[in-house]
Amino acid sequence: MIWLSPSERDALALSLGIALRSVAASLPFAVALAWLLTRRRFPGRTLLDALVHLPLVLPPVVVGYLLLLTFGARGPLGAALARCCGIELVFTRAGAALATAVMSFPLLVRTVRLSLENVDRGLEDAARTLGAGPVDRFASVTLPLILPGVLAGAVTAFSAALGEFGAVITFVSNIPGETRTLPLALYTALQSPGGEAEAARLATLSIALGLAGLLVSEGLARWMRRRFER
Amino acid sequence: MINVTVRKRRGDFALEASFELAAPGVVALFGRSGCGKTTLIELIAGLTRADQGRIEVDGHVLVDTDAGVHVPAERRRIGYVFQEARLFPHLSVAGNLRYALSRAKAPPFIGWDQVIGLLDLGKLLARGPRQLSGGERQRVAIGRALLSQPRLLLLDEPLASLDAARREEVLPYLEQLRDALALPMVYVSHQFEEILRLATHVVLLQDGRTVAQGDIGAMSLDARVRRIVGPDAVGAVVDGEVAATPGAAHPDAAGDLRCVRVGRGELSVPAPDLRPGARVRVQLLARDVIVSTEAPRGLSVRNALPGVVVSVTADEAASDLIGIDVGGVIVLARITSAATRDLGLAPGTPVWALVKSVSLRGHAFQAPARVPR
Repeated sequence: MIWLSPSERDALALSLGIALRSVAASLPFAVALAWLLTRRRFPGRTLLDALVHLPLVLPPVVVGYLLLLTFGARGPLGAALARCCGIELVFTRAGAALATAVMSFPLLVRTVRLSLENVDRGLEDAARTLGAGPVDRFASVTLPLILPGVLAGAVTAFSAALGEFGAVITFVSNIPGETRTLPLALYTALQSPGGEAEAARLATLSIALGLAGLLVSEGLARWMRRRFER
Repeated sequence: MINVTVRKRRGDFALEASFELAAPGVVALFGRSGCGKTTLIELIAGLTRADQGRIEVDGHVLVDTDAGVHVPAERRRIGYVFQEARLFPHLSVAGNLRYALSRAKAPPFIGWDQVIGLLDLGKLLARGPRQLSGGERQRVAIGRALLSQPRLLLLDEPLASLDAARREEVLPYLEQLRDALALPMVYVSHQFEEILRLATHVVLLQDGRTVAQGDIGAMSLDARVRRIVGPDAVGAVVDGEVAATPGAAHPDAAGDLRCVRVGRGELSVPAPDLRPGARVRVQLLARDVIVSTEAPRGLSVRNALPGVVVSVTADEAASDLIGIDVGGVIVLARITSAATRDLGLAPGTPVWALVKSVSLRGHAFQAPARVPR
């Protein structure tokens, strides 16, 4: 890390922190939603499914703009949050985490869903006959079986969160030390005269982080496949 | 002990079943594949909901659609051994067993050590489900079901996915459970051989309906059961007791041969492991039984049971099935129609039923006693 400038180090630390918070906060919701979408039939299921996946196909700027409308200082949720809990999202790290969470949410739900569909429902029935109620069944059988998938999804989502640009810059702007994450720092370096060397370093760093994330995620996926073989 | 009357519709298939088991023992649900056996036990276990009906086990009403009672599967205390074992792949054998024990809804009356001993699981405890053979996996699954302290154990073709050798390896364990635990069981199978070894009571299912039920001796004579087991496996199943002293008919019963009292007659049966007084079950395959209208002389055959013809039924092409009462027990003999004609066999004809000892096999059998739970 010695070859990174203090501002670059800031951007790296900020990115890691924001990505971590975004994944940690969205994971429980993603698991719950994936469970709902695979195991329950209810009216509006298809619509919900489409809504979850919307960030994948929308321009990130649109997502950022929608977040601004909802969570901005005068937005319906933003105003309520500020009033009741003193939470400010616009121009803050928490806001950046929210933007990356929304953007990487579909990835997370997709992987968890895939592993849920792979779980042999017969095992859950077996647990039932052994006296396990619904919550117990989920915690003692379903969750351990999908755990590798959940972790793989979390790592992929984390990597994607590190690279989120459009939604972040639209929603929380580009403030050094607060919301200037790696891609934003890279963009800024490209905009400033003589920033090529910094841009190259940040690009290399991004590539390394992305690659590491994909490798870890693939390893976890393999572990999962082994787990389902019987 | 068990009282089931249920209706369930699933697409085109309709199940309408009703059976009961008054004493502790093993009920076999017997029928061709697709006749609704699995659906019926899923209804009993609570994995499927009945459209209409009532299920009572050991005095507890588990389903009563008229009264709106439907106890969820996890609170029924009914053990279920699935065809494919369904061990939890993320837990070791010991972990699978502990899973059941820690969730048991009753104080343990079947202990850890007893289960390990009965099913010989000691050496398997540290292994994972993937490191087990098919037979071992099924033993662990049975042990796991027992440790949940069930009131009733359901076994859905537990041997169907095993080859003949593995099946033979697991069957003795099941016989032992039946004799040692006094736990009522419902055993689903389309293999009459397994039912013959295990069941006290047979319920015949056909196209989703329970069409006949009774003890295994009576059911082995039933025409509908005969059609399913196939001509070569047809034969009367008789329960008897190993005589304390060799009877008059078999003064030589020594070595591996045992004199078995069946009704008022005696059979010489190879059953080296059985002591006098032991209950034993023997199947006399119809194709192995010879009919004679005179007392046999100069024959190697060891068993000649005097009796009276009670029925003559046209069987397969050009053959008849002769029912013979040999002193309170009916045996079946398959002979050609020509032989029936030549011997002039008709109900009332006095005959001897002959069967070679070597074509018989005695299975130890104990009707379990009621144990309060």
